[in-house]
Amino acid sequence: MSIKQLSVFLENRPGKLYDLTALLAAHGIDMRALSIAEATDFGIARIIVNDVDRCALALREGQFIAQLSDVLAFAVPDEPGGLHNLLKEFNDARVNIEYMYAFLGGEPGRAYMIFRVTDTAKAEKALTERGLKSLSLGEIEKG
Amino acid sequence: MERYYQPEIECASRDDIERWQSERLVNQVRRVWENVPYYRKKMEEKGVTPEDIRSVEDLKKLPFLSKADLRDCVRIHSTSGTTGKRVVAFYTQHDIDLWEDCCARALTAAGATKEDVVQVSYGYGLFTGGAGLDGGSHKVGCLTVPMSSGNTDRQIMFIRDLNATIICCTPSYAAYLGERMKELGLGPDDIPLKAGIFGAEAWSEEMRQDIQKTLGIKAYDIYGLTELSGPGVSFECSAQAGMHINEDHFIPEIIDPDTGEVLPEGAQGELVITAVNKEAFPMIRYRTKDICSLTYEKCPCGRTHVRMTKPKGRSDDMLIIRGVNVFPSQIETVLLNHGYAANYQILVDRVNNTDTFEILVEMTPEMFTDSIGKIQELQKTLSMGLVSMLGIRPKVTLVAPKTIARSEGKAVRVIDKRKI
Repeated sequence: MSIKQLSVFLENRPGKLYDLTALLAAHGIDMRALSIAEATDFGIARIIVNDVDRCALALREGQFIAQLSDVLAFAVPDEPGGLHNLLKEFNDARVNIEYMYAFLGGEPGRAYMIFRVTDTAKAEKALTERGLKSLSLGEIEKG
Repeated sequence: MERYYQPEIECASRDDIERWQSERLVNQVRRVWENVPYYRKKMEEKGVTPEDIRSVEDLKKLPFLSKADLRDCVRIHSTSGTTGKRVVAFYTQHDIDLWEDCCARALTAAGATKEDVVQVSYGYGLFTGGAGLDGGSHKVGCLTVPMSSGNTDRQIMFIRDLNATIICCTPSYAAYLGERMKELGLGPDDIPLKAGIFGAEAWSEEMRQDIQKTLGIKAYDIYGLTELSGPGVSFECSAQAGMHINEDHFIPEIIDPDTGEVLPEGAQGELVITAVNKEAFPMIRYRTKDICSLTYEKCPCGRTHVRMTKPKGRSDDMLIIRGVNVFPSQIETVLLNHGYAANYQILVDRVNNTDTFEILVEMTPEMFTDSIGKIQELQKTLSMGLVSMLGIRPKVTLVAPKTIARSEGKAVRVIDKRKI
């Protein structure tokens, strides 16, 4: 099953990311994963949090612009070829990856990957058929 | 020993003093007789002519001037002073009356009747917006709510609680009201407004469409300058096709701003107004610095007075960037056409003798996506739209919402740091 990710618009200026983390801290929101994409004048912070609805509300009230999107999470063994073997399945299922990022945690010895793909539902189906089940938020929570 | 600054004067003989006084009095009386109708009238009423005043001995023949005479002026207003020092304008009761008539015409053209509740959200005070529309609203017989500007949530509450049907404010404040309503989860059907009269700023046709949609009203333009009374020099009718200039009080001309030559009907140029009915501040051929054109064509509304187009902006607002004329209203048009909010700020500077031109645009939830590539594409499309409108390429910078200062009076759209 897919996981909800929040993408937050940030100006590319000192203090802007700090404003975001301050808001999350004030609302007691726990980030599970974080990745930042940057252009010249702005950036997008992509976060996976413990309570996505509460976080989305807090962001709106804090006058941030944010958007929800569906992403897929997979765990791979933290060893050479671990990611490669997973990507082989993506490749065979012809799933197009728009971006991805990794984070550690959960079970020791495993790395977690977040994938944003072009068509989440289609990708999920193709990957499930190949015996690959994406992880739920509960499954990527701290072990 | 006593010291004097001008001893020959300060210690002059009584004869000398009286001789000076007589000479100067005779001159002064002749001067006011020839130049100031008010004094002439007062002297005529007393049967005195300058010939009767030959020396200081004749002083007692002249009429008195009392405080009441100075009170012919009943009001002052002043410009906001955005382009420099404030200009103070004076009004006699006659001037106030004609001004309020002009505003009453504007309100009536926007559909106001005795049954309407008019919320005046222009600033009250020295600014002419509040006083002008307030006076006009009283003349029409509307219930007038003198809100003045600011405190947006209270504005919305009053509109709803008092069933305001017409609102008067600056267009940028109207847009802000709409934004705040959205934040509060309110739509056009949640407010009883049916029309708005917006002026004191240049605004585009696209901004009109935007305001009409978010507030669910018909948005009418009103035009004026403090120097010429205030709002109501001209106003829009139901046709929304130009503003009728109140020609019984104001004679318009369009001139070439460079040569001063009068241009024919339909030509675009600077509006020049002669106020033919104002007493305290009679303006003859006053250059408004507003760029527009005139049409004497018949208006479908039935009014016969000449119409002026929406000013593109004051020639004061016009920026010359890298030799190209740029009006903020053109930028606003492009932004709204591309789905952005009309909240922007233009930054101009000069670095190494070259003008830098940057436009800050607020990101909106509608324009935001999770993809950097898509946002950059939108940015590029916007930039190309600006190039084709302006002829030069600005740097477009996306900024977070609410970072550009909202105006509760007039918006600060341009920050020009060039020292020329």
